[in-house]
Amino acid sequence: MDRKALAAAFPATVPVLMGYLSIGMAFGLMLQAVGYGPLWAVFMSVIIYAGSGQYLGCTLLATAAPLPQVAMLTLLLNFRHIFYGLSLLDKFRGTGWRKPYLIFALTDETYALLTGAVPPAGVNAANYYFSIAILDHSYWILGSLVGATIGTLITFNTEGIDFAMTALFVVIAVDQWKAAGKGVRRHLPAMIGIGCTAAAVVVTRLLGSDNMIIPALAAICLLLLGLRRQLEAPEETGEEGSGT
Amino acid sequence: MTTAQAVASILVMAGVTFLTRLLPFALFGRGGQPPRVVTYLGQVLPPAVIAMLIVYCLRNVELFSGSHGLPEFLCVAVVAILHVWKGNNLLSIFGGTILYMVLVQAVF
Repeated sequence: MDRKALAAAFPATVPVLMGYLSIGMAFGLMLQAVGYGPLWAVFMSVIIYAGSGQYLGCTLLATAAPLPQVAMLTLLLNFRHIFYGLSLLDKFRGTGWRKPYLIFALTDETYALLTGAVPPAGVNAANYYFSIAILDHSYWILGSLVGATIGTLITFNTEGIDFAMTALFVVIAVDQWKAAGKGVRRHLPAMIGIGCTAAAVVVTRLLGSDNMIIPALAAICLLLLGLRRQLEAPEETGEEGSGT
Repeated sequence: MTTAQAVASILVMAGVTFLTRLLPFALFGRGGQPPRVVTYLGQVLPPAVIAMLIVYCLRNVELFSGSHGLPEFLCVAVVAILHVWKGNNLLSIFGGTILYMVLVQAVF
């Protein structure tokens, strides 16, 4: 391990340290509440390493979701990662043996740090990125271990703690809503998501099924592809353009 | 759920998550450009999926019996308002969750 790179990377990761310890703890508590202890929490945090993905994982384990549904929901939730990589293609060139781990460890927060990361003078760039990634991962593992351990030591009524997942998604939605800017059209994807899923919940409930994800997603994709001409790059068409 | 099933689920989650992170490097690592429809979906799908997951989280709320979904909708509103107002992830998530726990355990 390159100590110089590690020491240089640490200050950059402090905001993630605070965030991951608390969100990781909430994950550990949630997992404990559905009957999986500290070892499970660490296992998941080591090999999955995805914040919202592991929150969703608690629900999937608790409801004994079938594997195809586990795969589908995980894919959907992490679909955004596909676009993270696109902006890091150049940066990860020449990182050698560290590259597979850098790709594995590409969470939202690490992505945000890495896109802006400029290694200080005299520090090996590849080692600097690697240090950021490994520090963030260790905070996440530590947070989930602490949360799950607290869950086993102190018994308190955890009913309702799963709302942390809903809250996390609401927070992401608010951030996306702000980032989308002004104009109804820019918020249409979010509204299509709500509308299609609510409709799918009602229909599948009437049919006595709980499997609403596939119909909801199919409707969302069809609508989004059908409205492509209306929705694509609204700032370039300049029709309701206040900002250019 | 047996231990083997749980491990299998976790391995699937890990594999799929890694795949989504690996895909751009595998496909475009040698300098190709993603098709425009992929770029388009990359813009519009994430907000639609997050909206879908919010509804998914609330899918078991009973509107016509019990607490009529009042604690859920109240707390979703509190999280959203806190987040618009302060923009602090931790405050929004923990504030909303603690309020929800108090509501379902002590009020409703």
